[in-house]
Amino acid sequence: MYLLKPLKSRTKTKQTVMNNTLLILKQEYLKRVKKKSFIILTILMPFLIAGVYGLVIYFSIKDDTEERTIAVYDATNLFLGEFSEEGTTSYHFIPKNEYETLKTNLKGSGYYGLLFIPSDIYSNNQAQLFSEKQLPFELTEQIERKLSRFIENDKRQKVIEDSGIPDLEERLSKTRTSVNLSTLKVSQSGETKKSSSVVAFIASYAMGLLIYFFVFMYGAMVMRSVMEEKKSRIIEVIISSVKPSQLMAGKIIGTALVGLTQVAIWLVLGGIGLVVVQSFFFTPETAQQMGQSIMESQGQMNPAAMQAAQPNQVKEVMEMIGNLNLPLILFAFVFYFLAGYLLYSALLGAVGAAVDNDEDSQQMVFPVTFPLILSIMLLFPIAKNPEGPLAFWCSIIPFTSPVAMMARVPYEIPVWELLLSMGLLVLTTIVCIMAAAKIYRIGLLMYGKKVNIKELIKWLRYKG
Amino acid sequence: MELFEARNVNKVFASTQALTDVSISVKEQSIFGLLGPNGAGKTTLIRIINQITAPDSGEIFLNGRKMNRTDISHIGYLPEERGLYKKMKIGEQAIYLAQLKGMSYRDASNNLKKWFEKFDIMPWWNKKVEELSKGMQQKVQFITTVVHQPKLLIFDEPFSGFDPINANLLKKEILNLKAEGATIIFSTHNMGSVEELCDHIALINKSKKIEDGPTDEIRMKYKTNIFDIKYRGEFREIDLALGTDYKIISHDESDKANTLKVQYMNGKSNNELLSSIMPAAEILAFEELIPSMNDVFIKAVEESNKN
Repeated sequence: MYLLKPLKSRTKTKQTVMNNTLLILKQEYLKRVKKKSFIILTILMPFLIAGVYGLVIYFSIKDDTEERTIAVYDATNLFLGEFSEEGTTSYHFIPKNEYETLKTNLKGSGYYGLLFIPSDIYSNNQAQLFSEKQLPFELTEQIERKLSRFIENDKRQKVIEDSGIPDLEERLSKTRTSVNLSTLKVSQSGETKKSSSVVAFIASYAMGLLIYFFVFMYGAMVMRSVMEEKKSRIIEVIISSVKPSQLMAGKIIGTALVGLTQVAIWLVLGGIGLVVVQSFFFTPETAQQMGQSIMESQGQMNPAAMQAAQPNQVKEVMEMIGNLNLPLILFAFVFYFLAGYLLYSALLGAVGAAVDNDEDSQQMVFPVTFPLILSIMLLFPIAKNPEGPLAFWCSIIPFTSPVAMMARVPYEIPVWELLLSMGLLVLTTIVCIMAAAKIYRIGLLMYGKKVNIKELIKWLRYKG
Repeated sequence: MELFEARNVNKVFASTQALTDVSISVKEQSIFGLLGPNGAGKTTLIRIINQITAPDSGEIFLNGRKMNRTDISHIGYLPEERGLYKKMKIGEQAIYLAQLKGMSYRDASNNLKKWFEKFDIMPWWNKKVEELSKGMQQKVQFITTVVHQPKLLIFDEPFSGFDPINANLLKKEILNLKAEGATIIFSTHNMGSVEELCDHIALINKSKKIEDGPTDEIRMKYKTNIFDIKYRGEFREIDLALGTDYKIISHDESDKANTLKVQYMNGKSNNELLSSIMPAAEILAFEELIPSMNDVFIKAVEESNKN
């Protein structure tokens, strides 16, 4: 079994180095991708997000099913018959004496609420609604609308009568105008493109968030993996077989590939989802239906304008998304994801190697990831004002630039800024990887020592 | 022929001197005991051999050639503080570790299966490490150390965590590996196993090598000229015959055989002692007491600490 092999000098040095890194890379990649939690998270996440949005939309559209009867005491005697049943809410008019008893004894009366319309409502614009429970917003809104519309109509009728122009109403409604401002961006070549600051804002915010999420999640993964090797003490066996730098490279690249795999799966699922959604919901009929339902809920919109506008708006949003520089955004996303991830995972990997318990790691993680957290806190102001000095500096400084620059990319920014930011990030990443590799090598076999930033800087000066 | 050699190795960590001018040479197909108190510098030397740490100065040779990075695939190292990936299946894990040492998947898998059979842990091939007992984990670790058939094996406290039965199995395997051609560096505080296994030892104390040589010679060097003698006769007679040149450490008289422990002073010899006693009693047995490795260790370290 144990055969004597002649010792021969291996000339395939480079190859074995590559082989080892590849082996570790493969191991790290498969370990994560085969994990149930990865499969579940990756496949479920899009559905989860879609589901959450779906639920929100469902609940906001969903008809209220609770049957409510509102008792109405009308001191003006003007509203009788004007409060028609709406949805699941009906109205019952009561005389004054019943109102007096109900007011103090609403519980058990069977009425959901008690509306009091005072006699001076025309001058004061005030009415009162008594109830036991917190009233749904829709209900108060409904009653307010009914009251306002009635009074408004009544007053308007009087004005028309006074003016002596019988078709005043019609003539006024024709004057109602709604101007749609489309924003056009002029590129350097003089081309104009339809753009939307809203679409760019959403894209910018989402991009910044995604980068933050990925860099943080996968950077932490690298750190935990390093800590696991150190804690389980397998590390000494591993680094007696491979160089620490190979181990770190394999680990970081392997984990990055997991992230990219996840993005790729989401892109595919998202693409399928988009096609499904488009073919299902955005046929002309459904668009019209949607327009109508929105119109109904808003009540006073001009029906003709609504019907015409709705399919156009959908088309316009699509067009505006299409007008974002998608190839640039995708490229920048991959670049900033990789560079930001490399930067932070190297630093976090070094932290994982330096500490040997969870509490210490938490203490060390904060200072290291602070710029990243800062950039996510500044994401909103940056996305809101992408040309401001805050946005500019945050997107140039390497530690915040992955998130900040990604938030600016959807608003076509000057090329030199992008190049400067990328160049600085690459340089910083290289320097940090070198420093991290040193800390990593020293830290891996250091046990039982309380490590802080000062100590780490001391390690950087060690030789060998 | 020397398989491994370290020449004048020095290493300083921050402000502590870990190794001072340490040289060792290990003959091919032998077991070399690397001994010393805690913190003496053994682990540092072992890590330098494994190229985990670089020496500040000094040279390392393997098979007469200066050692380079790729040579670590010829080494199998079982560290004192050892562990495995807890969540990984042991078979898969052992293959991965063997691959990192340069074996192909198929060779690794085949060899490992033989070793797993030999150590009776084949049924656990697909179990995760966290499900295994400590002894079983130690077996897996031992196997992953030797599976790639390294020329040089380094065992740091290999018996810790083993019950006596498995420790015996391991001892047998270590001797077997030597017989099949492996060269072994063996570091332990268990002096009994050093006597049993080591052909040669080096003793390190406070970063310096204080003793180096074949195990038997070292033990002889520390002998204190004490003899166990069995005799028939009167103790009084012997006592008179020996006089002041000899020191009687203890004696015990029973009907059948009386025993005596005696030490001679410098300048005397075994034969002189024997001829001094012979007229006084009938000698049944005469044996020189060679100090155990344990005694040698303690004595050598204490002496070196005095200086």
